[in-house]
Amino acid sequence: MKQTVNPYQKHSSIYHATSDTGVLVVRSLKHIFKNMDQLLGLTIQPVMFMLLFGYVFGGAINTGGINYINFLVAGILVQMSAFGATTTALSIAADLRRGIIDRFKSLPMTSSAVMTGHVTADLVRNIISSGVLIVVAIFMGFRPSASLLEWLYILGILILFTLAFSWVSAIMGLLAGSVEAVQWMTFFVVFPLTFASAAFVPTETMPGWLQVFAQNQPVTHVIESIRALMIGTPIGSHGWLAIIWSIGLIAISIPIAAYLFRARQPLQ
Amino acid sequence: MTDGNDAIVIKKLIKSFKKLKVLDGIDLSVKRGTMLALLGPNGAGKTTIVRILSTLLKPDGGEVLVNGFDVRREPKKVRSFIGLTGQYTAVDELLSGRENLVMMGRLYHLAKEESKKRADELLYQFDLTEAADRSVKTYSGGMRRRLDLAASLIASPPVIFLDEPTLGLDPRSRLAMWSIIEKLLEEGVTILLTTQYLEEADRLADRIAVLDKGKIIAEGTASELKADVGTERVEVVIERPEDFDRAVKIMERDGMKSDREERSIDVSTNGSVFAVKQILDALHDAKIEIDTMSVHKPTLDDVFLRLTGREASMKGEEKNK
Repeated sequence: MKQTVNPYQKHSSIYHATSDTGVLVVRSLKHIFKNMDQLLGLTIQPVMFMLLFGYVFGGAINTGGINYINFLVAGILVQMSAFGATTTALSIAADLRRGIIDRFKSLPMTSSAVMTGHVTADLVRNIISSGVLIVVAIFMGFRPSASLLEWLYILGILILFTLAFSWVSAIMGLLAGSVEAVQWMTFFVVFPLTFASAAFVPTETMPGWLQVFAQNQPVTHVIESIRALMIGTPIGSHGWLAIIWSIGLIAISIPIAAYLFRARQPLQ
Repeated sequence: MTDGNDAIVIKKLIKSFKKLKVLDGIDLSVKRGTMLALLGPNGAGKTTIVRILSTLLKPDGGEVLVNGFDVRREPKKVRSFIGLTGQYTAVDELLSGRENLVMMGRLYHLAKEESKKRADELLYQFDLTEAADRSVKTYSGGMRRRLDLAASLIASPPVIFLDEPTLGLDPRSRLAMWSIIEKLLEEGVTILLTTQYLEEADRLADRIAVLDKGKIIAEGTASELKADVGTERVEVVIERPEDFDRAVKIMERDGMKSDREERSIDVSTNGSVFAVKQILDALHDAKIEIDTMSVHKPTLDDVFLRLTGREASMKGEEKNK
């Protein structure tokens, strides 16, 4: 009989959980660069949106004395991050369909590490796309006034926001029965949240009932706080609310995702 | 643990999905270092048994032990002793073959160097060395299956579950898969394999259990089962429709299948030339002309017809072979 490897006594369970997560983070990071079409799509689409709004609609939008491109970048950046964060849902649904999650569950590993891997990949992908977007914006006349410290705050808020949306999208990936279902589910969540927000126009011009939603939903807080840090508009309570919303969403969605992941039956 | 010699013990296993009873009191055991083939049509419950054994599903009732550990009470222990190759080729399409194997090794908690070494060995053993660094997207169906099996062997688990490992493979890839599985058996691994192909069970397994509607309806060695169905089957097609009834009468025996429209009669034999000659002589003596005659191996359908009086394909959506 062949030598049977029994590796379970060697290290503590925390060591293994960390190592499992590391292995699957590396897997998901490799996906970013082995799936360049996806990275390009997620980067080019917001650039197109920025060109569309900047050059086509922008002239007709009154942002109260602020140069429109300076107003727009924060909105595009956050919308891009929100859509980018839905990749976790797609990746999880694809893993479910291919039986990869079943296989991981049959291994002596921390199987939820597969979600952490996909969420981390969203984060890295969003940071790459954000960089590209800001460079293009500068060519379009974007002139931020943020100091280095303010840029770090912006990065911090974007990271928290992406984590929050990625974990929520992990839940959608686990609830959906197919990759196609994930696409419309995430669209129906992200589309209203990003358009009924302060992303492209000041919320004051919206009908009253929509203003109530648009001014109080998390995406607007994230956009307004990033915009304030970028171009020096008053931040008000947006900064704290953006952080509280993001951390709150992360704190709620991780245990729900973990529960659904364990309860999720194999594909029939 | 009831018997130290059994790597897999299943007692009175029951499982339902909602109201549908999928497993209805399964009793099975597999001796260490042997292979049991679970033979049955689609929907018989084969995959459900594999999923319970590999801790993906919890049983509703009964006892299931793998390598002495209860799947319900100590799933983590069970997972450390098993390799699972499911019906899906559960490999990462974007990664290369080598990356897939090293990743699996790391997730079985092998050291990095050990994972790399085992990956190299398996790539060589499964004839994937040349394609090792290509992304799995570019692999053929047969290569994916081999990689999938290799992935479940990376930590050399003593117990392996193979859920229809040759489903959808072309004959050449199927043969390659069989010889790999035979090698595993030589190395002393315990295997539970599910299949719809009697030929596959016959060739590979020490024992065969026939599963139908969540129950084991027959269990024994391949030769015990085949003694029932016959080693070979002879099919004749009668030339003139008016001779059909007389021909049926002449060839009448247990397990006979006949089709009036096709004018075909299919019976089991012991595989000897003499048996074939007897049939042909008897028809000749009765002045019944034969259009065509063929000899073929019995299929799952024949086993089912013998055991249950109906064909397996009547309930499965996919006809056996």
